[in-house]
Amino acid sequence: MNPRAIGTIGLAAVVVGTALYGERITTPEVKPGPVRITYWEKWTGFEGDAMRAVVDAFNKKQSEVFVELLTVSGIQDKTLLATSGGNPPDVAGLYGPNVAQYADSRAILPLDEFCAEAGLSRDSYIPCYWDIGFYKGHVWALPSTPASTALHYNKKMLREAGYDPDRPPRTFEELDAMAAKMTVREGGRKDGRIVRSGFLPNEPGWWNWSWGSFFGGKLWDGESKITVDTPEYIRAYKWIRSYSEKYGAGDLQNFRSGFGNFSSPQNAFMSEKVAMLIQGVWMYNFISQFAPKLEWGAAPFPYPADRPDLERSTLVDLDVLVIPKGAKHPKEAFKFIRYVQSQEGMELLCLGQRKHSPLATSSAEFYAKHPNPYIKLFTELAKSKNSISPPQLGIWPEYEAELNNAFDEVYLMKKTPEEAVAYVKARMQPILDDYLLKQRLREEAEKR
Amino acid sequence: MTLKRRKEATAAFLFASPWLIGFAVFLAYPLCASIYYSFCDYSVLKLPVWIGTRNYENLMRDEIFWKTLSNTAYYAIFALPLGMVVAISLALLLNTKVKGLAFYRTFFFLPSLVPMVSLAVLWLWMFNGESGLVNAALGGIGIKGPNWLSDPEWSKPALVLLSVWGVGNAMVIYLAGLQDVPVQLYEAADLDGATAWQKTRNVTLPMISPVILFNLIMGIIGTLQVFTVPYVMFPGGSPARSTYFYTMYLFDNAFRYQKMGYACAMGWIMFLIILVLTMISLRLSEKHVHYGGS
Repeated sequence: MNPRAIGTIGLAAVVVGTALYGERITTPEVKPGPVRITYWEKWTGFEGDAMRAVVDAFNKKQSEVFVELLTVSGIQDKTLLATSGGNPPDVAGLYGPNVAQYADSRAILPLDEFCAEAGLSRDSYIPCYWDIGFYKGHVWALPSTPASTALHYNKKMLREAGYDPDRPPRTFEELDAMAAKMTVREGGRKDGRIVRSGFLPNEPGWWNWSWGSFFGGKLWDGESKITVDTPEYIRAYKWIRSYSEKYGAGDLQNFRSGFGNFSSPQNAFMSEKVAMLIQGVWMYNFISQFAPKLEWGAAPFPYPADRPDLERSTLVDLDVLVIPKGAKHPKEAFKFIRYVQSQEGMELLCLGQRKHSPLATSSAEFYAKHPNPYIKLFTELAKSKNSISPPQLGIWPEYEAELNNAFDEVYLMKKTPEEAVAYVKARMQPILDDYLLKQRLREEAEKR
Repeated sequence: MTLKRRKEATAAFLFASPWLIGFAVFLAYPLCASIYYSFCDYSVLKLPVWIGTRNYENLMRDEIFWKTLSNTAYYAIFALPLGMVVAISLALLLNTKVKGLAFYRTFFFLPSLVPMVSLAVLWLWMFNGESGLVNAALGGIGIKGPNWLSDPEWSKPALVLLSVWGVGNAMVIYLAGLQDVPVQLYEAADLDGATAWQKTRNVTLPMISPVILFNLIMGIIGTLQVFTVPYVMFPGGSPARSTYFYTMYLFDNAFRYQKMGYACAMGWIMFLIILVLTMISLRLSEKHVHYGGS
């Protein structure tokens, strides 16, 4: 054999060897000891630290399972791709509204048996939070941290406008009247630009889809019909439009375009540009960070005066823990999820993130330690019969985009409320029909 | 083929093999698969189901598809010529002999190095209706600036203006083209008594016409695929979908609505549009592009 051939063979051996060995050293050795599971979560900053503390506490508490927490951005996309690629994490921290879409796609495992074994049921939780993870007769997801929303108001601005700072508006009518009195134009002139506002329907603008629910509307009938064209929704969009009519769509845009980032001292509420707004339990964290001197209060969000049955309406939102399909250690994964559902784990997490607990009961110590002065209000609001959460629909992301666009078009006075809801209905109904049909065909095929 | 040539060919392919394998696995396969998926109902999580041309038919009836297409066309029609004119003008200016040329060249190229996301966040501040620099500058000359970010009439023009920020790359390519224009041609033009404008018009531009064509085609591709900056600046294509571009709708379909088949169909339509536009520009350019060799 000539030296060159030997060289070639040697080189080939090195290449193949590196490839094989490289694979081996990147795959961790299986050692006897705890089962290692991976957990993807979206949080960073103090919210991420809170979950890390829970993971550390779990890892220390027992020796069978070791959780590796990995912070992942764009969690829903990455979990989706990893699951379809057959290599998902054992636990993923998704958003509540993802549940229906993922469950319909069979991308996550039902947790019914695990829950039954562990004694977890609807009674263990504030019902609305359990319901977010419960879909088509199965439990698919359990809570990590919850949030309810309330009216946040600036006491100083209320006082300056001649109102009792401890008597925030209770109805939409009061809200509108007080907002009008608190809105200030430059130089007090009628044509001056707006420099302060009492309330804006699109601040912060994160739930522009939800106003219809505050007027008693439902987004679908739970079976097959999009019900956005009902009088409740039209009334909500009329209310939205009334702000543009009263203050001028252009003037409102001008005013709003000067707002700074949400998470900054230039935030519209914290810089006292807007006196009242809907915000979640987390708002306290930002106020204490960026505007600690702000005189603020929180109260249940107003309801329409002629619909007292809608009192204490609150948007509820939930981050959830799921086990993706194809997870290597579902049993161990649930062990960790179970720990998060314990009073100890949950209170450690929710105190760290300064939210309320989704569990049915919270310890006195939890409230005593909690820095948010309104924390009990948020817990109580979540228990309200009028909690509002996104509908459990696989097509929700598309529906939400459509509703947000309708909001824009009404607010900018490009469409009437009737036109806007008719458009949403006309667009979404065929999409829903198509989705439900495919769902049904699929379920029939599974039965066979 | 002689033995030697065959050996050489084998060696050549072997040397190129890392790229060839990479191309086949990471580009050619997904490319072909996406053709197949575009004829399927495919959600990534479930297996694809063949549905024929239904995705394409639905697209033709999808108002948002047409809306995003027209938004994208608007952007391309304004951003592309503006970008080319600015890039050529800058290149011409930077091709003159002035003091500190290296500094100026760096200075004008620098903005292209800013990452897209930072760029988007930066310009959110520049266009801020109350405290933005753009409106402050306009106010300085007595113009009351519009609401760039929240008025549907002005959000696209804002993005067009912003696109000029990234002309640095095209500018450098033009500059390289300009350096290649033979000096004799200018000398000959000088002897004929040509003015500076005549020289630019009749010597410089024809000589760099292949470079212009190249930048035109790259520009068509780039502007039709605009994504990152509007995606960061205008979530969901707000206000009222005035900045909802083709690629954003494609992305939403693929990853938010789990309609990967639909998104693949959109991708292939965009490919055809770009292909046709490129062929048209090549055809139209035949008479106007002068290659040094011929």
